[in-house]
Amino acid sequence: MSLNSASEARAGRAQAGPTVTGAEGGATAALPATRALLPEFGGRPARGPLQLALLRLRRAKLALIGLAVIAILTLVAVFADAVAPYGQNEIDLFSITASPSSAHWLGTDELGRDELSRLIYGGRVSLLVGVAAALVSTAIGIVVGAVAGYYGGWVDATLMRLIDLVLAFPAIFLLLIVFALRGGSVLSVILFLGLFGWMWLARIIRGQILALKAREFIEAARAVGVPDGRLIVRHLLPNVVAAIIVSTTLSIATYMLAEATLSFLGFGVPPETPTWGNMLNAARPNYTTHPLLAIAPGLTLTAAVLAINFVGDGLRDAFDPRGGR
Amino acid sequence: MLRYTVRRLLGAVPLLLGVAVISFVIMQLAPGGPDALFARNGRMSQEQLDAIRRNMGLDRPVHEQLLVWLGNLAQGDLGTSYSQFRPVTAVIWDVFPNTVLLMAAGLGLSLVFSLAFGILAARRQYGFVDNLTSFVSYFGLAMPVFWFGLMLQLLFAVRLGWLPSAGKYAAQGGGDVWDLLKHLVLPAFTIAIGSIAAWSRYVRSSTLEEAGQDYVRTARAKGVRERQVVAGHVLRNALIPLVTVVGIDVPLYLTGAVLTETIFSWPGMGRLFFDSLTTRDYPVLMGTLVLGAVLIILGNLVADILYGLLDPRIKYG
Repeated sequence: MSLNSASEARAGRAQAGPTVTGAEGGATAALPATRALLPEFGGRPARGPLQLALLRLRRAKLALIGLAVIAILTLVAVFADAVAPYGQNEIDLFSITASPSSAHWLGTDELGRDELSRLIYGGRVSLLVGVAAALVSTAIGIVVGAVAGYYGGWVDATLMRLIDLVLAFPAIFLLLIVFALRGGSVLSVILFLGLFGWMWLARIIRGQILALKAREFIEAARAVGVPDGRLIVRHLLPNVVAAIIVSTTLSIATYMLAEATLSFLGFGVPPETPTWGNMLNAARPNYTTHPLLAIAPGLTLTAAVLAINFVGDGLRDAFDPRGGR
Repeated sequence: MLRYTVRRLLGAVPLLLGVAVISFVIMQLAPGGPDALFARNGRMSQEQLDAIRRNMGLDRPVHEQLLVWLGNLAQGDLGTSYSQFRPVTAVIWDVFPNTVLLMAAGLGLSLVFSLAFGILAARRQYGFVDNLTSFVSYFGLAMPVFWFGLMLQLLFAVRLGWLPSAGKYAAQGGGDVWDLLKHLVLPAFTIAIGSIAAWSRYVRSSTLEEAGQDYVRTARAKGVRERQVVAGHVLRNALIPLVTVVGIDVPLYLTGAVLTETIFSWPGMGRLFFDSLTTRDYPVLMGTLVLGAVLIILGNLVADILYGLLDPRIKYG
């Protein structure tokens, strides 16, 4: 169940990228005229090692750009007090919903708060929620996946049914009910997002551990009497660390989007705390006349998510022993 | 295949039961309990409150309430709405077709655009179209759905004035199919953007993968026309897995429905759910939650079964 399920599943799917680039185009017997109309699929000549390396470099370049963007956003968020021109809730009564000026670069919102400053402070909460929720869900996912995969049998069957059950719920409905009826805080948003988003990682880890369990080195470790806990932590988990890192990285972006979604609907982080989602929510009554109030936080969030996705994809390529692409 | 279908259908029953029980528990955990709406009303006397509780069965022990809820649910009775005082099924049924219309329109757009993008991109791997497509899909996946909706609204409704910004029909002089379509365009694109982005990448990679298979080379070698190779061999096989993907993305569409319907004031299930949060209409919340879960389970089920039917290589035990 999740806001994430779709995009996480997608993350898994994107993995099944094209590894085959056949060289069978030459075998086509079609007439030249037809061939011009219908360029054949996969009919390009196989790539040389140099071309492959260039392609990989280009993807790595995207990942590096992503990393740079994240680094900048993180630095700005950490040093928000020094960077932001105004306080996060500092009100300028003489400029309410003001247009951009030298005093307020991005203008001010409906209460006279500086938009740029709130954008900077908002990055703090948005990034914090994304990272913390990703850590929570990764922790749960590792434990459930490892236990299910290692012990198998009824433990596995029970945990897998549990995952089916959680995935059957529309996450957005559940999260909204929780936060609308109980009220939200930064901490509760982190916990509940993590609590509803661990299922895909758990499935991935379970599958990999099931496969690893049959290998000789595990048999050997068992034979010399390594206890279960140590076997899982020292021998099995290090072998699935690539999947964990990639999935955790990508889920940071997912949770940042989820936080923004909840806050935008008015049921996430309390409205006085600046987050990109809260700013979008606050912008709604005025955005037709002051579009910048909606454009700025949305673009920033999109850039952050894009950057994280680039890094995640780059990591996946880096970990993929087959290289390719 | 029949045995598999029956087994999957039976397997969905305990899942539905779990969904129903958990929905009930969540509502019990809500602060103030299910009758908070009435209890907070200062003009209500204790006798009236007791009468309401008795009427709704809220005075009975919790486990009894659960059994009643499950029993009623099995008969298709979701209780009575607290804010509209009519059966929840009627309340939901009033708006459900609108959500189906919105989702169907979004699904149609997604299929058309993702097939076009995916196939064009696969035609020349790493070519211009391919790069453009992957750029667009990266953006489509990174944008918050609701922000995309707001931007569409801002551009096409507020600035350009080409399309209406909200609702299903114009307040005056509307009401025909043309009016409906005009109101549908922006919400449909909003709900579809995520799946257009995801599916086009998917179509691209599965097309490329199939195009490299031996049977495609065989087809070419025996002189099958290129058009036939592409349409009859490559695409037929490349698109089978898309069925699964569409089934899995039901939750995405439910999230999209809540956001899209809120932004564009589209009178559907997502908006009903959102409004019920504000009015604390517990029976409606439970009803929509259960209905959402049913749609998700159904989506997965249909996808799995169709996948088996379309691909004869798949054998289920």
